[in-house]
Amino acid sequence: MDFLRPDRWEDALAAKAEHPTAVPLAGGTDVMVEINFDHRRPTHLLDLTRIRDLYAWQTDGPDVRLGAAVPYARVIAELSGPLPGLALAARTVGSPQIRNRGSVGGNLGAASPAGDSHPALLAAGAVVEAESVRGTRLLPVEDFYTGVKRNALAPDELIRAVRIRKAAGPQQFAKVGTRNAMVIAVCAFGLALHPDTRTVRTGIGSAAPTPVRARAAEDFLTAALDEARCWETGRPVPPAAAAEFAALAAAACNPIDDVRGSAAYRRHAVGVMARRTLGWAWRQYTDGTTGERGERCA
Amino acid sequence: MRVNMTVNGRPRRADDVWEGESLLYVLRERLGLPGSKNACEQGECGSCTVRLDGVPVCACLVAAGQAEGRDVVTVEGLATRAGLPDGKLSAVQRAFVDAGAVQCGFCTPGLLVAADDLLARDPDPSDADIREALSGNLCRCTGYEKILDAVRLAAARGGGGAADEAGAEDEAGGTDGRAEA
Repeated sequence: MDFLRPDRWEDALAAKAEHPTAVPLAGGTDVMVEINFDHRRPTHLLDLTRIRDLYAWQTDGPDVRLGAAVPYARVIAELSGPLPGLALAARTVGSPQIRNRGSVGGNLGAASPAGDSHPALLAAGAVVEAESVRGTRLLPVEDFYTGVKRNALAPDELIRAVRIRKAAGPQQFAKVGTRNAMVIAVCAFGLALHPDTRTVRTGIGSAAPTPVRARAAEDFLTAALDEARCWETGRPVPPAAAAEFAALAAAACNPIDDVRGSAAYRRHAVGVMARRTLGWAWRQYTDGTTGERGERCA
Repeated sequence: MRVNMTVNGRPRRADDVWEGESLLYVLRERLGLPGSKNACEQGECGSCTVRLDGVPVCACLVAAGQAEGRDVVTVEGLATRAGLPDGKLSAVQRAFVDAGAVQCGFCTPGLLVAADDLLARDPDPSDADIREALSGNLCRCTGYEKILDAVRLAAARGGGGAADEAGAEDEAGGTDGRAEA
């Protein structure tokens, strides 16, 4: 095994072009587990921790451009304003030690359906910057996930950054697990209200081979809110609409039975989380509160 | 490959390091620092928690090569980092002994590093803050209540660092040797 340690992004791209089987390594929270357990013996490890650009974020027009290796701890500390859904999801990642190392770029690279950041990225709207010596590709995040732990990166590409749409309205995130820390999601749900376009977007985690949007649920709710003039009046989401939204979100799942939960449980829980996150977010939208989770919802 | 890093304030060098090796392995097996414990090897248990450039991380998930040129503090360095002489316990270590927070002891080093970091950041943490800061450290003896007591005790005595020397001095003596055995 070779350990490649580029200091500059250009050198990392050159190394990846020369050694397409090289495994990128930043926080190590996925890759090192596979190496420690002898599940993976890459020819090359490509250490990205010396490339400072990957640890920076900038505001870029309507987006935040988040460097691929910015750890979750900094997403929570620095970006909960423009990226509230992602910050909420980041709080549920692993433990403080893991959040100090793990990153959204790593979540995307691993492309596990259970990755905590995926539902938030899908709900907010995000584009992955995939770069190689050949150039840059901008991939909408919903096109990035291609299968269980598979993504759309070419062998010579690295994730440079993720461009995430800044929140125009409330965003919420919910995750089911056996405890509050160190939990791989049984399933998860992200929801973003977009009052600027009067649309709703969603993301489902760990309830299908890839993270997915519940598009039928989004379309239904967007139309229902419009029809009931909820955006302009601020009146509550009609209970029947919230229930149908939840049912459509559950129907968007394609889960499996595994050690963490059954397919039926996941489907049910996604419906519950869809209804709850909608209740929290809509309350934030209508009365400007923080959507206190202790309160009852629809 | 060769890896150079600063460990507990001293420059250290490890040779013949395998490229897939973890920082934890280098600390324990090559640098003679077995304080950081090797348990889950997947970042679940926190027993190998060290500070890397000041940030608490699981040493089992850091590739040795990533530590090149970096600053590492292990449980062995907590007291000296607080300005205490060899053989003395840091405030957090002393509080763990006094509160009976050490049972089998396997999780203790990781908890000490995590608690030390918490008190350095927040000298007066709430119970929720303590639980959150220690949420990545498992104690399979389930001694959590005493561990929480210990962190509260350390905070009440004045938080982390050298400021706690006085607290440590109070009861210096017989227990020092036992705690470090």
